[in-house]
Formats: sequence, structure tokens, C-alpha cells
Amino acid sequence: MIGGLFIYNHKGEVLISRVYRDDIGRNAVDAFRVNVIHARQQVRSPVTNIARTSFFHVKRSNIWLAAVTKQNVNAAMVFEFLYKMCDVMTAYFGKISEENIKNNFVLIYELLDEILDFGYPQNSETGALKTFITQQGIKSQHQTKEEQSQITSQVTGQIGWRREGIKYRRNELFLDVLESVNLLMSPQGQVLSAHVSGRVVMKSYLSGMPECKFGMNDKIVIEKQGKGTADETGKSELGSGKQSIAIDDCTFHQCVRLSKFDSERSISFIPPDGEFELMRYRTTKDIILPFRVIPLVREVGRTKLEVKVVIKSNFKPSLLAQKIEVRIPTPLNTSGVQVICMKGKAKYKASENAIVWKIKRMAGMKESQISAEIELLPTNDKKKWARPPISMNFEVPFAPSGLKVRYLKVFEPKLNYSDHDVIKWVRYIGRSGIYETRC
Amino acid sequence: MQTDNLELKKLVYLYLMNYAKSQPDMAIMAVNTFVKDCEDPNPLIRALAVRTMGCIRVDKITEYLCEPLRKCLKDEDPYVRKTAAVCVAKLHDINAQLVEDQGFLDTLKDLISDSNPMVVANAVAALSEIAESHPSSNLLDLNPQSINKLLTALNECTEWGQIFILDCLANYMPKDDREAQSICERVTPRLSHANSAVVLSAVKVLMKFMEMLSKDLDYYGTLLKKLAPPLVTLLSAEPELQYVALRNINLIVQKRPEILKHEMKVFFVKYNDPIYVKLEKLDIMIRLASQANIAQVLAELKEYATEVDVDFVRKAVRAIGRCAIKVEQSAERCVSTLLDLIQTKVNYVVQEAIVVIKDIFRKYPNKYESVIATLCENLDSLDEPEARAAMIWIVGEYAERIDNADELLESFLEGFHDESTQVQLQLLTAIVKLFLKKPTETQELVQQVLSLATQDSDNPDLRDRGYIYWRLLSTDPVAAKEVVLAEKPLISEETDLIEPTLLDELICHIGTLASVYHKPPGAFVEGGRGVVHKSLPPRTGSSESAESPDTAPAGVPAADQPSVIPTQGDLLGDLLNLDLGPPVSGPPVATSSVQMGAVDLLGGGLDSLMGGGSGGFAPAPGTAVPSNTGAPLGSGLGDLFDLTGGVGTLSGSYVAPKTVWLPAMKAKGLEISGTFSRQVGSISMDLVLTNKALQVMSDFAIQFNRNSFGLAPAAPLQVHAPLAPNQSVEISLPLNTVGSVMKMDPLNNLQVAVKNNIDVFYFSTLYPLHILFVEDGKMERQMFLATWKDIPNENETQFQIKDCSLNADSVSSKLQGSNIFTIAKRNVEGQDMLYQSLKLTNGIWVLAELRIQPSNPSFTDLELSLKCRAPEVSQYVYQAYETILKN
Repeated sequence: MIGGLFIYNHKGEVLISRVYRDDIGRNAVDAFRVNVIHARQQVRSPVTNIARTSFFHVKRSNIWLAAVTKQNVNAAMVFEFLYKMCDVMTAYFGKISEENIKNNFVLIYELLDEILDFGYPQNSETGALKTFITQQGIKSQHQTKEEQSQITSQVTGQIGWRREGIKYRRNELFLDVLESVNLLMSPQGQVLSAHVSGRVVMKSYLSGMPECKFGMNDKIVIEKQGKGTADETGKSELGSGKQSIAIDDCTFHQCVRLSKFDSERSISFIPPDGEFELMRYRTTKDIILPFRVIPLVREVGRTKLEVKVVIKSNFKPSLLAQKIEVRIPTPLNTSGVQVICMKGKAKYKASENAIVWKIKRMAGMKESQISAEIELLPTNDKKKWARPPISMNFEVPFAPSGLKVRYLKVFEPKLNYSDHDVIKWVRYIGRSGIYETRC
Repeated sequence: MQTDNLELKKLVYLYLMNYAKSQPDMAIMAVNTFVKDCEDPNPLIRALAVRTMGCIRVDKITEYLCEPLRKCLKDEDPYVRKTAAVCVAKLHDINAQLVEDQGFLDTLKDLISDSNPMVVANAVAALSEIAESHPSSNLLDLNPQSINKLLTALNECTEWGQIFILDCLANYMPKDDREAQSICERVTPRLSHANSAVVLSAVKVLMKFMEMLSKDLDYYGTLLKKLAPPLVTLLSAEPELQYVALRNINLIVQKRPEILKHEMKVFFVKYNDPIYVKLEKLDIMIRLASQANIAQVLAELKEYATEVDVDFVRKAVRAIGRCAIKVEQSAERCVSTLLDLIQTKVNYVVQEAIVVIKDIFRKYPNKYESVIATLCENLDSLDEPEARAAMIWIVGEYAERIDNADELLESFLEGFHDESTQVQLQLLTAIVKLFLKKPTETQELVQQVLSLATQDSDNPDLRDRGYIYWRLLSTDPVAAKEVVLAEKPLISEETDLIEPTLLDELICHIGTLASVYHKPPGAFVEGGRGVVHKSLPPRTGSSESAESPDTAPAGVPAADQPSVIPTQGDLLGDLLNLDLGPPVSGPPVATSSVQMGAVDLLGGGLDSLMGGGSGGFAPAPGTAVPSNTGAPLGSGLGDLFDLTGGVGTLSGSYVAPKTVWLPAMKAKGLEISGTFSRQVGSISMDLVLTNKALQVMSDFAIQFNRNSFGLAPAAPLQVHAPLAPNQSVEISLPLNTVGSVMKMDPLNNLQVAVKNNIDVFYFSTLYPLHILFVEDGKMERQMFLATWKDIPNENETQFQIKDCSLNADSVSSKLQGSNIFTIAKRNVEGQDMLYQSLKLTNGIWVLAELRIQPSNPSFTDLELSLKCRAPEVSQYVYQAYETILKN
């Protein structure tokens, strides 16, 4: 299991050092600094073995987190734990930075003591942790016996993510369907790979221990129901033409009853209080690609390059895409760039070796164009310019996968509010993931 | 410490943990508080106390820990119990004996049935850890009931707990396929968990238990289908986890390629992927490449070859070559892509391309030689050994088509001593090839390189290879041509697959560090911990031959894995023989004297033949290659590039213990006992002459009567000193098979006359036929099939060998030691069938089909069918089989 956990700043100074096992000596701390942080090369592997000691490391802004072990541990678990730890720290004190870590020194040690015992990860749900690891110096006698046992039963219990006795005057929930569209397109416009990775994030402000059931236009469910009541599927959904989508795979927050999903494909759970990620999913079929990028690069002699890029928006004209940014890479030996664009602003950024073209808003079914002339310095470098792909960023108010939330039902048998009393909000946001077109 | 501020208490405890070791006496003073805190009404404090106490590694304190720990293990609060469970593991780490004596292990086992899932999970984790340090103990006594409990807890505990439980489940061995299936069914829902580690651990359990399911089962197919999506989803995790997932997918793809065969696209490299993810994706792309997707893959690879990172580009170029070798239809396109890349003149791309083109030439000889001209243009830019060696190989191999091959090679020869060994060896071989192809113009060159290799080099490999060529060329240029320019076996498709037993072990370690490093845990874990070898369960209810872990001990490569490295399969077998074969009981004196003789013979021949050119160079016997010059050269040198391996064909043929051939009574006091042996192609008769008379014996001589295979002494019987009374001498008499032939009855009867100063004595003996089995008795597969059909059925004879305690692999390796070669192995209805061939010194081929029937657990019955054009030898071949196998 994990033998020790170290946090370093970018200079390699140790900020936090917690050793769980005897086989990890103090020299391990230095070994990592010398071999990884101060290494000249970029990181060639997230797992480094130095003198039979394995270091798992992740970097968050300028901070290195390293878990150390000498045993054959579950590597996936160690990384998951490191991420989780980042989440917990972020939930407690915001951004992970050197200053924040130094200011929350005591808190971090207290957390590390609680969520990792002898190198075994323990309950690390922020909701539960916040009930008994606070920075207000609780005096143990101030807690009643019931409170104490409530804490322990929550930390160890079946529903470790939610405490009992939560009360809200207004029962409300927010559902965000956040998708990121990933695309790799050849210069000829052929889709090399495209997928949507989506998340359903839920913010719940519900009283008691509500039992929720979530439904979406999953093809398998719709088809199953379609056999029973044929007309229901017909009238459902906004008539977008696509009634159901094929989900390649999905994963759920630990509150979802997986065995029930496996057998009935129904998603039922008792949600944690506040914000959490209910599910993640991935689709590859029938993706609506919001934008199409058509590149044209022409080399005029050895010192000049002509670039023309057309973007076309491909969704309902009534919808507006936002924060559009097209990044056109330029060769390293660029000396000057002239840009003409019909819409938005375009700028050559020498430090990033790219022309960045920004458009604030763009409606569906429109197109826009940019053309640029790039002057090159003559070089005798034999190596050809690698022509990195043109990438794009945007945000659209619909789900490119076609996913629709059909219902989210809430049952709380003990308290007197019903599904109708809960105020529900649903929002769809589609963002660009890695949206690239080769040129 | 007495404070009731929880936060302050935690800090004090933390201080204690860190400094207890350096100030043990101070730590003792804290014991009272710990004991008191373990009784605190607040469960958080009780747990904190027991947690901290376990972390203080001071012997005196551990004694005080026992009582509080015992109480906490039975605490009413689950939070305290789950902490105490881990504390047992801590205590065990400090003092294992104490834990056993105090009976904590039993309490821990009881916790597996606890009502709280988190307690169960922590107890499982603690027990698994303790069990690892006691591999023999039956600590984690997993049975269907406890498995059921674990599976129930699995649905309820935290993500981490699920990982502990799944990792523990993976160590369980279900008793039959039905149990395996029911566990699989309950584990599959975990594949949708958001935590990648849970998913990977579930995949591990499924991959392992799948071994037990019959492939015909519907469920098997569904399971395969269910595995693909979660594996693909892992690739959308953070890059570090992607890396772990990719390393594991690499294993899974090798074990069960069918799972991900349609998912090629997800492994396409993204521009922003970290380099470690890119390299791993590339590896998997190659493994998944097939005729169906090759066009796409090639287009991608070409794209990658223009990227920035040198390692990545190299790997991409290499990948193109591997595609060509793997998918024949794409070879042409691959070659033209490689040529395009060579035109870029980027140094490392060119070098890498040349290395892979060499492999393509070996896979498709005489097909793409038109590109040689382009390659030669880039000769000067090559500065890496591997690329230089590859280029030299190409020049040597196609010397007849390259007009200035001699000039090219000569230019390399100038800096011979500065080259790396790889290049030197290749250069030596290439020039010899050139000489054999164009003997007239290149005589000087070949002598130059031979003298460089043999006289000026300190490298034994190089020297040995030099000597072998030198002798070959001098003794028999025709044979040299046959050997050096022999047709090379085609290279296999996949050369970098993980060796199957290791792969099976790694599959059992999916998700862990071992699967990331692709090494067994023992390779990077210190001490005994975690070094327990894990193996996949044997398949039940299926006719397929599973590589049973019992027959192939981990670490030793299985002899018969033609799918992996066919070109080296037999070599591997030979090496195995050296280690595992029956000990050769022949007298040690014998072998060395035989070899010395051989060397002398050759040395003389060499001198006379090469005398003019080499300036009277005579090899010192000690430095000469002793054994490889004999008959086995044919097989040893079949693949010139494995010459070092060729030495491994030293076969340890079975030698029977000596028996008395001529009792003293019948020979006026001379007793002769002896046996026959075959060492590296030469037969010898190992004799012990004992003088049991009262007078000195001298003037020994020996003669054989004409016999069935023309056995005759190759040298006179030399007994250097007279044999004093009650003295004995061991002699090894080299034999050849060029004597006159007469059919004897029995066939293997040998009549011998021995003379000494007293009289002439006669005796007869039977020699085992296997001394006549020659080293190059391995028939080509195709040939074998044709010959088998060709020989009429009446020539087939069948024999039984009862109660043999060997399995197929050991049978085949044992027989190979005596030059009976296994050509193919098949499994029909649970019985292993071996197809073997052997050749006698007089050129008679004998083909065999050996059926291995397990008669009871430890013994097998062998059924031997022999086919031979001269059926009268069959019986004696059978006897040879029996003697080899039973000894």
C-alpha cells in the first residue's frame, strides 16, 4: 500500500511529508526531487521507479503530489486517491497552490491522517469529512453523543456521502448536462475520430433522505419501453428528429446502485447534499458536430505561407454559440503575419506560435472565414514543419450527443413533500474538448 | 495530550508518531494517555488513539497496545472497528509473532462477517496484506460462503473498499465454471463505477475467471462484449490514469485480442497527449492492426512520423515496419511510406526506417529489393549501430545485386575496431557472404576481415564466429556456401509479445504496479512480500489446451510456443535441455579427449589449406571453438544470426549406465564394462578396462566386426601406461559410421574383439539406437506431412510405453536431447499428440506420432506410432524411446 505521501513546490522543496510505512526512508524525499522534479527531461512516465521505490506523481499547477511505495500496490487506486485528495483539498481551501498549502498545513495533516490509514484509503467524501474535520477547533465535549455516533455511522455507513436530518425550506435541484465534443478531422474533411464525453452534474438541495430516479433518452431504455407503449415514444422529446441515443459506456457516482443499473438499466440513488457528478458517459454515434473547419494551407516559395480557414456552424439558427476561438498554428520561423477576417478578432501570438481568432457569438448555419499571409524567415533547418492541427474552442447551448433528460423523480417517504414540490432546473452545455482539424 | 480539543490532540499525536522512534523513552510516557483515550466515550477519539498507537513503532509500546486493540476490535462503533482492523496489520508489521499469539488473526477473520461494509473492507485489506507475508498459511480462507459475504459487502462499501474486496476476490480459485460465472455476474456491475481503479480491479477478476468459462458458452461472449466499453472509457480519464489503463490494455490485448479489435480509433494519438500516453497508444495500435483497419493505421502512423518528439517518431517509424510484417497486404504501402520518410533526410527517421526495412526483407525476401538503391544513398548518414548493422546486413544479403558492394563494405571495414560488436559481427558475416557470392574479387577483403575478427579482437563472440567462418571456408567451401547462404527462416509477425507464462501472471496483477512495469512483482519488490506467483486458473470443460501453470513453472519459458517466437522455438528447447534434461552420466574424461582429437584434425586441415594466405597461422587449441565444428553445424548455423545461440545445440543425449560386457572370468582377468554415448555429433564408446589378473597388461587394441550401421573405431584404442593389477582405466573411444556394413540380428548387435599382451577376447553387445540419431534430424513441417502420407501404412508400427511420469513438454524436451525432434504438438480430446522426426546416421528417416494419455494423475501412457521406409528399425527406435523416457 501507499508508504508515504509528499507534496513539493515547483522548486522541489517539501511542503508536506507524511510517512505511513517504515520502509519509506527520508532519502526517498530527496530521490524524487533529484530524479523527477529537477530532471532535465520532461516527464516520461507518471510512475517512476528509483532504487526499488515507486513514485506515483501528479502535478497541479506548480505543486507536485507524490505517493511513494515499495510494494506491488494497485496503481490505478493510487492515482485515483491522489486525484481525490486534490478534490478534497480544493473543497476545503480552494485552489491548490503553495500559499494555500502552507496556510492549511495543519488541516492537510489532519486530512491525511483521516483519509489514509497505514496507506489504505479510507472514506474521502468531502461531505462526510466536513462534518468532523473542521478548522474551528471543535471541543469533543460539545458534541452530543448522538452527534458523534451520527458522524461515525455516516463515515462508515452504507450511505457515507449523506448525513441524515438535512432540511431545506425550498426543495430544489439543478441538473447540468455538460458535454465535451472531441474531434479529429483529416484535411479533406473526413472524420478520423469523434466522440462526446459527457457528465451529468447535479446540485441538490433536498430535505431528508430522498430517493431519486433519473431518466434520459437512452436507446436501450427507450426501445424496451417502446415495445410496451408504442405511442409514448412518438410524442416524447422535442421532436429533434433523434429520439434516443446510443450510449457507449457510462460510469456513475458511488451513490448510484450499480446492480440495479446492470439488471434494469434504471438509475436510482440517494444523492449527496450539494454538488456532485452523477454520471459520466461516452457516445460515438450520431454526434452533432457544431462546427466544421475547412483549412487551406499553401506554401508560396520558401518564405511565405498562405492560410485560409473557413468555419461553418452546423446547428439550429435560433441557437447561439459562444466563446469561439480558432487556433491556427504557425511555423517556428514566422517573421510576420497579416490577417484578414470577416468576423471577430484575430491576432498573431508569437509566443504561442499561433494565430488566435476569437468570435464572441455565432448563430447556427452560418459561416465565417479568415485568411492570413505568413512571412517566414529562411532557415537551413532540414526538419520539416510538423504542421500541428488547427484546434477550436467553443460553447453551445445544447448537447452534441443528443442526450435529453427525460425525468428526475424524487421520493421522500418520511417527509411530506412530493415530486411535484421539488423545483428542478435542467441546463445543457456543449463544449469543445479536443476539437482538431489537420491541415 | 490531556486536552479535549480534538484538533490539538491530533497534532500532539502526529508529533509523537514522528519522534517516537528517536526518543522511545519519552514515547512510553504517552502510553497511559493512549490507553485512557481508547476508553473515551467519543468514538472518534477511541479510533484516533488506536490508529496512532499502531503507528508508534517502539517495541515497549506495542505490548501495551494489545489490550486496547482487543477491545477496539469488538467496539460497538463501526468507525472504531474499521480503524482497529487496519491496526492489526500495523501490529503485524512490527511484531508478527505477537499478533498470532494474541489471536488477533481470528478476530480479524470474524470481522469479515461484520455488519458494516467498511469494516469488512478494511478487514479484507488487512488480512490480504498479512496473508502475503505468509504465502503458505491459509489465512484468507476463501470459500463459497465467505465469497458470498464479500460480494454482498461489495455493493455497499466505499469505492476504496470495493477495490480491496475485488483485489482479494481475484485471488480466489472458484471450484468450477458455474461458480466462476456466478461471481462474474455479480462483479460486472462494477464496470460502470466512476472510479477507474474499481473498474480495473473488476476487469482483473473477470479476466481471471473467464479462463474457467467454456468458450462455447453464451455468457462468455456477452462478457467479452461487456469488457470493451469500460476499457475504452478509461481512456477519457486523467493522463496518469490513462497511462495505467493503457499499460493494462496492452496486456489484455495480448491475452484476448478479440475484446478490443473493433476499437482501434480510440487509440489514435492526440496532439496534446503526454508523451507517455502517446507511446503506449502506439504500441496498442500495432497490436490491433489488421487487414481491416490497416489503411487508417498507416495514415495515422505517417502523420506521427512527422511529430517533434524523437522517441515517438522513432517508434512510429518502427511501427510502420511492424505493420508491413504483420499484415502482408499492406507491405507494399508500408515500404513506399518508409521510402517517403527516408526522403525527408531527417537523420533518425532514416536510420529507423533502414532498421525496419531490413526486417521487411527478411519477411518478404526477393520482393522489395528495388529500394536498395535508395537505401545505399543514405549510407553516410548512418551513425547508430543498429542502423549500420541493418544496412550492412542488407548489403551482404543482396551483394550480388549491388555492384559496388565490396567498396561499400570495405569503407565500413576501415574503422572496424571502433564499431560496436553488433556492427562488427554483421560486417564479418556480410563480407563472408560477399566472398561466397563473388569469390574472385573479394579474397583480400575476406582475409582482412577474418584476421581482424580472429586476431585483433578481444570479443569472444566475434572471434568464435571468425574462426568458424575461417574453418568452413578452408575445409569445404561448398559446405560453407550451404551454411552461410542457407535459406533463412522467415521472421515471425510479433516479436515483442510478452512471454505467455509471464503474461498470465501479469493478467493476475491487472491494475497493480506489476502490470504497469510489465514485470512480475518479485522484480521490483524487496523481500518476500508480494512475490507469491499468481497464475490463471486452468480452463475447465473445454477441449482447448490451456497452458497449465503446473506444467510450465513461471520464469522458465515453455518450450513449445511456436506462435510467439517460432524461429527460436527449437533453440529454446535446446537451452531447456541443458538445464532440465537428464544428467549426463558419462565419464567426464571421455568428452574432452574426443574434442581435443577433433580440434587437432581440423587444425591440421586448416593449416594446410589456408597456409599460404594466413601466413602459417595455427590456432592454439585452447582458444579454438571446440564443439561447433562437427556435424551439428548444419543445424547450428541454419540461422547465421543466432550464432551465439547455435552453441546451445550441445545436446545432452541420454547415456545408459555402464554394464559389464566382458566378465573377468572369460578373459583371463580383463574385465570390460562400458556404454555408448553421443556428444555433439560424435559417437563414442566409453570403456572401463579393469585388470583383475595378477600380471600387468599392455598393448591393447580393439576391432569391430562388420555391423548394421557401419560402426567402427575412429581412432586406435590408446591405453598409455600398462595396466597394473587391480587397476582400471577409463577410455573413451571415438566411433564413426563409415565402417563396412552387414545386417546383424538383432539389428543393433555389435561384435567386438579386444586384444592385449595376453590374448584376444571376443564379446558382443547391443548398442542403443539413439546414439545413431543425428543432430539435423528435424524435418520441415511440410516435408513431414508429405513424407508421412508417402510412407505406406503397412510400414507403420505401434508400441506402448506404460507408466511414464512425464507430460508432453518434458517428453519432447527429453527426447530432443537425444535428437528426436518434435515438429508439432496438438491437443486432441485432452490428449497431447507430438509429431516427431529423427534421422539415422545412414540417412534413414523415422517419423513418429506420440500420443500421451494420462492414465492416472502422476503417470501417463504413451502410444507410439512409427513410420519408416525401413520398418525393421522401428522396434529398435521404440527401445530407444523407452530407454530415454524411462531414465
